[in-house]
Amino acid sequence: MTISIERPAAPAVARPELSDRLRSERRLGLLLSTPAVLIMLLVTAYPLVNAVYLSLFSYRLTAPNERHFVGLSNYGTVLSDSLWWQDVLTTLIITVITVGVELVLGFGFAMVMHRAIFLRRTVRTSILLPYGIITVVSAYAWKFAFDLNSGFVNQWFGLGNFAWFSHTWSSLFVIIFSEVWKTTPFVSLLLLAGLAQVPGDLQEAAVVDGATAWQRLRRVTLPNMKGAIMVAVLFRTLDAWRIFDNVYIMTVGAQKTETLSFLTYRQTITRTAIGLGDAVGVLLFVSVLLIAAVFIRGFRVDLSQVRGGR
Amino acid sequence: MESTRAKALWIVASVLILIWTIFPTLWILSLSFKEPGEIGQNPSFLPKHWTGVNYRTVFKTDLFTSALRNSIIISLVATLVGVVFATLVAYAIARLEFPGKRAILSFALAIAMFPVVALVGPLFNLWRNIGLYDTYAGLIIPYVSFALPLAIWTLSAFFREIPWEMEQAAQVDGATTWQAFRRVIVPLAAPGVFTAAILTFFFCWNDFVFGISLTSTGRARPVPAALSSFTGASQFQQPDTAIAAAAVVVTVPVIVIVLLFQRRIVAGLTSGAVKG
Repeated sequence: MTISIERPAAPAVARPELSDRLRSERRLGLLLSTPAVLIMLLVTAYPLVNAVYLSLFSYRLTAPNERHFVGLSNYGTVLSDSLWWQDVLTTLIITVITVGVELVLGFGFAMVMHRAIFLRRTVRTSILLPYGIITVVSAYAWKFAFDLNSGFVNQWFGLGNFAWFSHTWSSLFVIIFSEVWKTTPFVSLLLLAGLAQVPGDLQEAAVVDGATAWQRLRRVTLPNMKGAIMVAVLFRTLDAWRIFDNVYIMTVGAQKTETLSFLTYRQTITRTAIGLGDAVGVLLFVSVLLIAAVFIRGFRVDLSQVRGGR
Repeated sequence: MESTRAKALWIVASVLILIWTIFPTLWILSLSFKEPGEIGQNPSFLPKHWTGVNYRTVFKTDLFTSALRNSIIISLVATLVGVVFATLVAYAIARLEFPGKRAILSFALAIAMFPVVALVGPLFNLWRNIGLYDTYAGLIIPYVSFALPLAIWTLSAFFREIPWEMEQAAQVDGATTWQAFRRVIVPLAAPGVFTAAILTFFFCWNDFVFGISLTSTGRARPVPAALSSFTGASQFQQPDTAIAAAAVVVTVPVIVIVLLFQRRIVAGLTSGAVKG
């Protein structure tokens, strides 16, 4: 099988002579990993290389014969278009607000799950509902709730005929609302695991020293769960940066709510402008790499700590 | 220790969280029992006239019934394949010494962070060229590969906790590595594998991007994608109540799984998510 390609090249051989036992262990290890690695490569590596290649062409699926090499000009077109930058801004706004709100809310949920004794199990069960519910269903639920025709929100809050989906900010509000509802449970569970790591004797010592609840939170609890917080922020930032489902269902990108993922989708699938769309996709990919690099290098998020993740 | 007032505050907070998490489900349930004609007429939370007509509509709509069948089959097959692959890798990572261990874990993590939509264009072309467009396999393959990272990480965390001496004992007794794996470790690992299966299933059940990009008809289109092109009983009616009914139908399995396996899911999502 394909594993034999990798074996002779392995320079990390500690001992020049491997025992039969060790050799068969290596062979088994590579053999067991092959199917998973192959399928992950098939779906990511080939399409990515293909996207980079096609992004150098002027190519529309509707006119395949007019395909010709244009070098980096697709990237020039994208980066000089104000729509790209507007979508960058929209995605950035959604990401920053979503992650910020989720951190605060998720921390609150985690505290309740950590401290409350009564109803604890019920709360832990109910918190999984948003996690399990299909994002599209969440998007419809909140869309219908706010919508002028089907919703009750305007009636409940006395907003009359306010059309939520006719303005940029109110549309973004509902999109963010649905995203926050759906993904806060994930954040709160990560933070709950972090809370469990905070040493109890430190808390008690702080109480004995007369620290207020706020001081204990800031000086003892938060610093001790920094790892969990950073992991949650990293995962959720990259996740929110790719937001697609909520935008598609609620506004289809109208009212300047288009995000980078939606722009990529619209160019490649809807408009079948393959070359240009792939350039947008590659830029989106690069932006994800940049964000990950900033977190891992800049904020020193220790990913060896991540084992569950999402 | 805690004063009565503090206790009461925790209870209030718990109740608030309960309302917040359950509320949208109640709302979509209520909407699914409204008459289609109430849209635009009745701005209240509850229906004026409770009716089951929307459920009859969705189950008479081919687009929905085929999508439901597609979603169930695709998600189950992808879960099965994904969990088998992930179990093999996780076992190798937890137990065996071989080159490329760390590389596989990092690669899986990188895929978990991948902007999926950037791949959809090239996959769309590739699938059309090799005949996978609008087929079950065309969705199962990407589902497996994007659910694998979570399954691999969860399972390798779980496998590290297993008492492996038992495997060695079996090997001393003359079992091969493979026999030791199958007879001794599989029963011990089953709970972790099951947790990975639930998380993988949720991932596949939830997908929208691949579903809407790599299918075009009822042949393979899964529920989330089908919902977005739902028109209701007739094009002269608002489809909102019918969509709500369809949404309730696909939410039922989620609720059942959550109620039955709450502890496993929490364990899976947090299992060593932060180093302990």
